[in-house]
Amino acid sequence: MHIGAAKQSYAADEAIFTTNTQKTWLVALAAALATLPLFAGDYWLLIACLVAINVISAAGLMVLTGYTGQVSLGHAAFMGVGAYAAAWLAAKGAPFWLAIPFAGFVAAAVGAVFGVPSLRVKGLYLALTTIAASFILHFIFFNWASVTGGALGLNVEPASIFGVKLISNSHLYWLAMPLAWASVWCATNLFRTRVGRAFIAIRDRDISAEVLGIELFRYKLISFALASFYAGVAGAVWVYLFRVVTPESFRLIDSIFFVAAIIVGGLGSVRGAIFGAVFMTLVPELLKLGVAMLEPYYPGVVQLLSPVRIIVFGGLIVGFLIFEPLGLNETWRRVRHRFALWPFRT
Amino acid sequence: MNLLDFVEFSLSGLSVGAIYALTGVGFVLVYKATRVINFAIGEFMMIGAYVFFGIAAKATMPTWAAILAALVVTALVGGLAERLIFRRLIGESAISVFMVTIGLSSIIIGIVEIIWTADPQSLPEFLPKEPFFIPTGFGEAFMPSKNGWGFIIAAVVVAAIIVVFRYWRGGVALRATAADSQAAYSVGINVPGVFSFAWVLGALTAAGAGILVGSIAGISSAMGAIGLSVLVVVIVGGLDSILGALVGGLLVGWLEAMASMTLGAEYKQLATFVVLMLMLLIKPYGLFGTHDIERL
Repeated sequence: MHIGAAKQSYAADEAIFTTNTQKTWLVALAAALATLPLFAGDYWLLIACLVAINVISAAGLMVLTGYTGQVSLGHAAFMGVGAYAAAWLAAKGAPFWLAIPFAGFVAAAVGAVFGVPSLRVKGLYLALTTIAASFILHFIFFNWASVTGGALGLNVEPASIFGVKLISNSHLYWLAMPLAWASVWCATNLFRTRVGRAFIAIRDRDISAEVLGIELFRYKLISFALASFYAGVAGAVWVYLFRVVTPESFRLIDSIFFVAAIIVGGLGSVRGAIFGAVFMTLVPELLKLGVAMLEPYYPGVVQLLSPVRIIVFGGLIVGFLIFEPLGLNETWRRVRHRFALWPFRT
Repeated sequence: MNLLDFVEFSLSGLSVGAIYALTGVGFVLVYKATRVINFAIGEFMMIGAYVFFGIAAKATMPTWAAILAALVVTALVGGLAERLIFRRLIGESAISVFMVTIGLSSIIIGIVEIIWTADPQSLPEFLPKEPFFIPTGFGEAFMPSKNGWGFIIAAVVVAAIIVVFRYWRGGVALRATAADSQAAYSVGINVPGVFSFAWVLGALTAAGAGILVGSIAGISSAMGAIGLSVLVVVIVGGLDSILGALVGGLLVGWLEAMASMTLGAEYKQLATFVVLMLMLLIKPYGLFGTHDIERL
């Protein structure tokens, strides 16, 4: 809500970015992202790629959990389906621009299948079925060796375009970042359509939504399929980044990571998914940096990194749910309002 | 496959199942009183096992004192978790609370890894060593002593809990709170006290079960994964039914043993989760759980 931004047409009312300030910042962000490979080192570009992948995946989970209200603790497993699908198709000689959408569609199909219980159960019970889905998929990754390569997993040739192999992180950044941008754009616009509004109605009160004539089963399945499509695309980019996928790549804890990311970011906003994915990916890196800085003074502190990382991960989930249940998005909103309304108090 | 194998596998499955049932009862107590689905139940088991390990291995304490200390410490952690975290979350959505328990489990794992490292350890022996031979019509079935004693201890503790909840005032207060916390308040029951008490008791049973599991299978910072099996147990039995936890525990333990006998050990977890999925599809409230009725 901005003072002096009176809307005079429906188009203005429906617009996502209402003020020139917002548009300017958006362009600035795009420019910053586009020039990042020029000054960021190889390692930070890898982190940037991971952030982009996590943004894609978190945006998908946000559609399902944040907007449709169906909690999924199997999101990383669907990402795994995408990674395996892409790796499998790439091994057949397909180019990456075929393998990535293929991964999305395979993951969407699998996600829709595991979304079927959502008609029967909801809330926590649904979360538990998705845990079961996660383990069942893990089992399939492990034991369907003819397709998934069993415990060794699958290796992938680097993606190539016009004869250039995308090997370095700066190449892959140009694959991951635009896809992340596109997926955020799609997710934001989804909620201005009929389907997106149906999702929101289901989240707010499923029985009321059904009374209004929204077919619960159909829309819940669409939501599961869409979320898994995002996860599949993210998994496919992931596999092109690391070029190997094993059953241990996508475990239950990774699914918990994505739920944690969207909670930390703020449920019910695509911006929250971005915040959450960026924050949750960067925190372990910052911890690593901090430990590296402490190492000269406290030798052996490196051994504490892995447990401390686990504690911080849990602490962030608990802390955010207790102290900032609406997530970073709410913090952002508060800070922005403080500036927008200054010198008045919000 | 011969019948004797079948009996032996069944016995080992049932002994694990008895421990599941014990943990499940602790879980159900917490759920009944506070409506919290405690994903960290496996990690509470781990606290019990590790504190016992830490005290028994380092200090020259008799085993029984170490066990007692482990139970007390875990119960304290449970009480503190309720007081500091879950008391603040009363009225929040079930999913938020569930996610908090997931976060808590991760914090506990991290702390255990800092104190005792992630390496697997084995607990000191404290159970009698003679194995059990159970006579059957076609030969004597062998049962390792730890499994046998685990079954016996779990059964005794579960029986004690059930008796306590039937006849003791505190147990009645807990059941009253479970039925309707507002009504319980208005007849003078200290509902927050009951919440704390339920967590303490839940942590206590989990610690006991953790020591038993640890003495059978060893301990590691990943042993909390057993909590997933316990979740399946209480879903199968019905989240708010103690009887359900008993039946579900034995059933899931037995099914896991059958799956690893007929298909191989790697199918154990798959079997558990397929059962969970089928159960949620067919009977979402479990065998003995109360059906929720939703109103607009």
